[in-house]
Amino acid sequence: MTSSEFYQLAPELVLLLAAAAIIIVDLASAHRRVRLYSVLGGGAAILSALLVVPLVHNAHGEGFRDMMVSDALSVFLIPLFASATLLTIIFSERVREVVTGRFAEYVVLLLIMTVGLTIVASATNLLVLYLSMELIGLTAYGLTAFDPHRARSVEGGLKYAIFGAVASGIMLFGMSLLYGMTGELSYDALGEALGGMSAGAPTSALQFIAVLFVLAGFTYKIAAVPFHAWCPDAYEGAPTPFAAMMSVAPKAAGFAALVRFFFTVFSDPGAGGQFVAIDVVPWQAVLGVISVATMTFGNLAAITQQNLKRLLAYSSIAHAGYMLMGVVALSRDGVSAVMAYLVVYLIMNMGAFFVVMVVAERTHTEDISAFSGLGKRLPLVSACFAVFLLSLTGIPPFAGFVTKFFLFAAVLQRQGNWYVVLAIIGVLNSVVSLYYYARVLRAIYLTEPVEPVAEIAVPQFRTAVLALLAVLTVGLGVYWNPLVEVAARVSEFL
Amino acid sequence: MTVQSVLSVAAILFSLGLYCVLTRKNAVSVLMGVELILNAANLNFVAFSSFTGTIGAPEVAGRVFAVMIIVLAAAEAAVALAIILAIFRRMGTVEVDNLNELRE
Repeated sequence: MTSSEFYQLAPELVLLLAAAAIIIVDLASAHRRVRLYSVLGGGAAILSALLVVPLVHNAHGEGFRDMMVSDALSVFLIPLFASATLLTIIFSERVREVVTGRFAEYVVLLLIMTVGLTIVASATNLLVLYLSMELIGLTAYGLTAFDPHRARSVEGGLKYAIFGAVASGIMLFGMSLLYGMTGELSYDALGEALGGMSAGAPTSALQFIAVLFVLAGFTYKIAAVPFHAWCPDAYEGAPTPFAAMMSVAPKAAGFAALVRFFFTVFSDPGAGGQFVAIDVVPWQAVLGVISVATMTFGNLAAITQQNLKRLLAYSSIAHAGYMLMGVVALSRDGVSAVMAYLVVYLIMNMGAFFVVMVVAERTHTEDISAFSGLGKRLPLVSACFAVFLLSLTGIPPFAGFVTKFFLFAAVLQRQGNWYVVLAIIGVLNSVVSLYYYARVLRAIYLTEPVEPVAEIAVPQFRTAVLALLAVLTVGLGVYWNPLVEVAARVSEFL
Repeated sequence: MTVQSVLSVAAILFSLGLYCVLTRKNAVSVLMGVELILNAANLNFVAFSSFTGTIGAPEVAGRVFAVMIIVLAAAEAAVALAIILAIFRRMGTVEVDNLNELRE
């Protein structure tokens, strides 16, 4: 390992060291030290995000024999993963099902999962991609089924694990076909070798099949049709803070890997920051269809949900569909729009999950009916929830509107009828989503509580974090320049 | 033996595995189907690495990949079986159809 490779890997090393330290402390001490573990874990997350700073200006280094790269994309995503981990640890500290006896394991698994996420975002080799995706998977199965005494938890974990195993098996078969056609595993070499094969060659059908198989792995990670069915069950079963993490971080990693894979292997740079998909494999059309199917399914299925965690799960499927539009646009602007969307999505979606959690801890149910009249019982948290939900819908002046706008703009910048159709379907879907988000808001503000209940007390620190997330949602919706500029720089990795 | 014959076996294995995953009701049998799919990919990798490259200097990347898959298949099976065990203790069944705590 050369010294530049060492610096490139420093964020991951910090996370792993913290995980090891927590294991050792937990084995050595007789007491439960919940606070110590969360400080160690959260501190490691913050430190790993800070270690990225020196990489911002000289990040363009491939390392480990071109298996991993440290570029604008990975430098952008590591702080995102770290903040998701930090928020998850903060909100896990008092969750009963997590803290009873095994909080150390929980934090360790979270940290190792974060390592997997960062490696997925920087993998430029099929083998590394597979290994890091499995690292995410193995830790996430365990975290989903974390409470073995709750039937829902283990059931969600099993469904997640089986879907994951099948999806990664199919992806592997596709990878083996790609390897067979080219003899290469690294993206650059794959792209060169596949680019030399013309459309009429006998391998073109095989290439298409291989790409479809590899897509299974990606669609599973971002919870898109047809590998989306695990999503509501796993979110409902998992401890809520981890469900929040799962709805954002693996999705972001999946999108990063998807963009990196398809842009380097299956497309050629064109004029004006736009790319052209190679004609052997019509993957752009396939992704377009998946995008439409995903957002439509997610929104329609969310309408009938009564459980808020399931509702947010279906809404997260729909959001994966929106973000896929940015990939289908196949341009630098599209990639930047997806990255900006991921940041805002992290803020508003994790915020929404955490509100559900703090309320459900007191009312012991996640049904919408339990939220009736919450506006009076818990004014500040309810206001935050309203901000998150409106932002998820994409209503100005919230950040969700701004990033969705850039997503649509990137799609419409491409000339062609299909892009217009895609954008129109996206807008219609946003309208549908307003219905079910507004249903929750109606329960909070326009319905009286079912029975007179005492005020709900939420620890001040948690309220402060929720308020911070809400302020960010509003702030980025009014003053979006910094976010958009940073996101524009991310697409320079292409 | 040609590369085609090995690839045919791998394709058949993959299809059997997928069929098993889609039709079996028992969670353990589903995992066995996954195992078939993984081994089909393994067979492909090993076959491609043996039949490409020059004699004396074969393409080793495929073999390395196969070894990694074997290791991770074991890890995945361990985690999945642990979850299945927890489910059996909790509900007394591992039939996927009976697992419907989570349904709207």
